[in-house]
Parts: sequence; C-alpha cells; structure tokens
Amino acid sequence: MIENRPLLNLISHLILCLGVLVVAFPIWIAFVASTHAPEALNSGTVPLWPGDRFVLNYAMALGLETGQKTLNVNLISMLGNSLIMALGITIGKLLISMLAAYAIVFFRFRFRMLSFWLIFITLMLPVEVRIMPTFEVVADLGLLNSYSGLILPLIASATATFLFRQFFLTVPHELIEAARMDGAGPIRFFIDILLPLSRTNLAALFVIMFIYGWNQYLWPLLITTDEHYYTVVMSIQRMLAVGDAEVAWHLVMPSTLMAMLPPVLVVILMQRLFIKGLVETEK
Amino acid sequence: MQSQPVFNHRWLPWLLLLPQLAITLVFFLWPAAQAVWQSFLMEDAFGLSTEFVWFENFSVLLQDEIYHRSFATTFIFSIGVTALSMGGALLLAVMADQVIRGARVYRTLLVWPYAVAPAVAGVLWMFMFNPSIGILSYLLEQLGYDWNHFLNGDQAMLLVIIAAAWKQISYNFLFFLAGLQAIPRSLIEAAALDGAGPMKRFWTILFPLLSPTSFFLLVINVVYAFFDTFGIIHAVTQGGPGGSTSILVYKVFDDGFNGLDLGSSAAQSVILMAIVGALTVVQFRYIERKVQY
Repeated sequence: MIENRPLLNLISHLILCLGVLVVAFPIWIAFVASTHAPEALNSGTVPLWPGDRFVLNYAMALGLETGQKTLNVNLISMLGNSLIMALGITIGKLLISMLAAYAIVFFRFRFRMLSFWLIFITLMLPVEVRIMPTFEVVADLGLLNSYSGLILPLIASATATFLFRQFFLTVPHELIEAARMDGAGPIRFFIDILLPLSRTNLAALFVIMFIYGWNQYLWPLLITTDEHYYTVVMSIQRMLAVGDAEVAWHLVMPSTLMAMLPPVLVVILMQRLFIKGLVETEK
Repeated sequence: MQSQPVFNHRWLPWLLLLPQLAITLVFFLWPAAQAVWQSFLMEDAFGLSTEFVWFENFSVLLQDEIYHRSFATTFIFSIGVTALSMGGALLLAVMADQVIRGARVYRTLLVWPYAVAPAVAGVLWMFMFNPSIGILSYLLEQLGYDWNHFLNGDQAMLLVIIAAAWKQISYNFLFFLAGLQAIPRSLIEAAALDGAGPMKRFWTILFPLLSPTSFFLLVINVVYAFFDTFGIIHAVTQGGPGGSTSILVYKVFDDGFNGLDLGSSAAQSVILMAIVGALTVVQFRYIERKVQY
C-alpha cells in the first residue's frame, strides 16, 4: 500500500466487484435458465431467479429421465469421451515431450539440433490452419471415429517439450556427476532423479493440457461421425442446430454448464499450479 | 546448448525422441507439406482431374473480393477482441493491485473463464443476446434498440467480439497483475512522496513499465483472435449473416469442407501458416530480450 485513501480503495473495490459480476453474469443466466420449464424460457424473457426444475432438467439432459422433449444426444457418453480425450492428450503430451526433452538435453548425438527444430516448428502449425490435409492423413490411416484419431494428432506439443528442456537445463551438473559416480545409467537417472524433480512442472502442465484437451472443438467435430465418439464441447452446437424447431434451452443450458464444469473446477481447485503452468508455457 | 556432463548412448536418445518425432512428422509436417503441394493444384468442377497451376490459386485468392473482406473482418475482429479484453483486464488488474486486501480473492473470481471452451462461451453469450428470449436483447429493446444478430452483420460481429473477449479477460488479467506486482514499490512510493496522484502515477510509472507485458499480451491476443476463436464463430454465427463474421480460419474450414474447393482452401492454409510463422517470430524476438514480467 502506498498511501491511505479510503475513497480510492472503495472505488477500486466497486470496480472489481462490477468486473466480477460482469464476468459471472453469463453463468448466472445460464444457471437460471437451466432450472426453469421450457414454457418459462420461451415466453418472452428469461427469468433472473432460479426456478424449481433443477433436478428434473439435469436428469433429463443426462438422459436419466425422459420427457416429451429430450435431447437426441447421450450426454453421459459424451462427457466420458471428453474425459478420455482430455486425459489421453494430456498424458500423451507429457510423456512424449518429456522423453524428447530428456534426449535433447542429456545426450549428444548427430542431428540433435535438427530434431529440436523439427519439433519446435510445430508451434507454427496449429490444427485450425492445416485442417484439410491433417484430416486426409487421419482418414488414410483409418483413424476416423476412434479415440486414437481424437488424441494422436493433438499430442505433439512443442510448448511442453520446450518447457521441459528449459527445466532440465537448470538441473545441477553435480547431480548427474553423482549419479554417474554411483553407477546410474541414463534410464535409472531419469526414473530416480529427474522424474521426482519434475513433479511440480508435470502437475502445472497437466492442468494446462487438460483444459486444452477438454476444450477441443474443431478436431472432434471433423473426425467423428459416429455418435459413440462425440465429445461434449463439440456437441453443444449440434443441440442448437435444430432447424426451425424451438431450441430446448432448458436442456441445452444444463448440458452447457456440465460441459464447462470439469475444466473450470480444475482451474479453481488447482489455481496455484494453473498460474504456474500458464506463466511458464508462455515464457 | 550447455556444457554439462552428458550420457553417451548410441540408440537410446533416438528411442526417446521417436514418439514425438513420429507424431510431428505424420500429423504436422506431412500435412503442412500437403497443404503447400495442394495449393499449387486445381481440381476441375467434378473433381475428376487435377492440374498443376503454380500460383494461380493464390492469385485468384488475392483478387477475390470475398477473401479481402474476410481479411478485413479478421482485422476488425482481432482489434475488437484485443482492445476489449486487454482494456478491461488492465483496468481490473490496476484496481486489484491497489486494493489493501482481497487481491487474491478477486483473482480467484476472475481466472476461471480461461477454462471455458470458446464454443461454450459463444453459446452463453448467444443465449443472452437471443433476439426473442435473451435478457440483453430485451434490455436493448427497452432502450429502443432493435437487436437481431441473425440478420444484422454488425451486431453479429459485436456478439462474437464480446464472447471472445470475455473468455480472454482472465488470461490478460493474470499477466497484467503479475506485471504490476513486479514493479518495485519504492518507485511508486517515491512518486507519491513527490506529490504524484494515482492517475499521474499510472500514466508516468505503471503504464510505461508495463509495456513489455502489454506487448507480449498484444501478440498473444492477436494469435488467440486469429486462430483460437474458431469455436465461437462456428457455434454462434457460422460466419454469417452474409459472411460478415467469416474470419480467415473459419473460411479455410468452410471452403474446404463445405465448399470442397481444396486448392483454394490449401492456399489459404499456406497464407495462414505464414501469418502464424511471422507472429511466432515476433513473439520469440520478444522473449529473447528476456524482459521480466
């Protein structure tokens, strides 16, 4: 604190509260809408206070309860698919990028820098930019409508490799000397020393990658045509595309909220790790 | 890279590199090369034969009114998203930096939109702006303003900008707050002792010292607006009405998958890759200077 200005402090708090309210407002409206009957939503304006259909709407959206108008999608299976995809992408990315960074930092071999640059150049090629040809490659490999197709093309990550490289470079020489003196080979060194040292980094990256994986939209939209592989984020749009019929907002909103809940929870509960991961992946 | 003791092994490093290199080659470099190759080809109307046409796809694109408009749309969209989310985040971060207590609470309350998928953010805002049942369109109507983003291109643009900026505010807020907290207190105290008020201190000390953070965020936000907002556009407007929100990434997808114009879509991909490449270089030059934030 620089100086004591109660008025200034008060105004700052007011602006912050306003900001928090503006940021939270869409969620509040979505939540309110998810607790009302369809008639209440389609008759003019959306109410501002929750209704009494919380349990019923969520059960209907999840397909546990059937009504005259339910969504033609299976939310539980989609949530499961999203989880598989998010975890697959996260674990895959961490695994391959950690191994690659280990090779690049701790070994000397020909084409070491070339390999590094080959990996690094992928930063410049986001999926959105090379969709058509990537789609064709995946189709040729017969990976459409499969978990491998959902996961594999997204797990090469230059950011994670780069981050592990930076971290490995800070590992003190003495540790490696000592390990070698004790007769530890490269694999032993990796498992017994490097892996425990990288725990926090791994956890921080896990949070960031999980959010990235869960929120994938375009890729699952393209390569899944079989309902068994739909993920929840990509299906929100499908629930809205009902042509001339009225959108079942009282079911779309519970689904939307459930689709965003897992990553939001991860961010809030693991805030410290999340911020660490965010700051480091962008460095 | 460094001169620390290392392991010597003939095949182990290759084994360790193999998974990442294989995936990079199969899913990144090969498709990118394909995109470049395809951008030189043109298919006839029935897709029966292809012809090598050199730069014709590019020259057709560069003379195409619709492509020009898509570029303009992307610029307006990125400027809107960047200005709105960076401006809002800077205001909130400055406030959070100077409150006596509670900065951490506000941080928790402001970070979570980062985790919301762009498509979901789009749906949330679309619901509030729904012309017939949305709360905000209702309020606007009370003020005598007719809102219908299904028909009005400018309103559709505004809607996607708001949705995209909303999601990005938390990211900018975190980095601005970290940047502000890294500024030495003694500097600000000295200015206060010299009689500089809060506004003056902001413009003469905080704002200039934040410029590395601001520049970094500027690049990140432009990249975000260019490439990560596909979900918002696809879920909310589908590029419409009348192409008024068809940003470049959406157009690559639309021309490729809906229009089936592979040559043109590939040429657009190549142009986009060049743009990402340029932005990445800019970003790295910045990092090389090792500015603290």
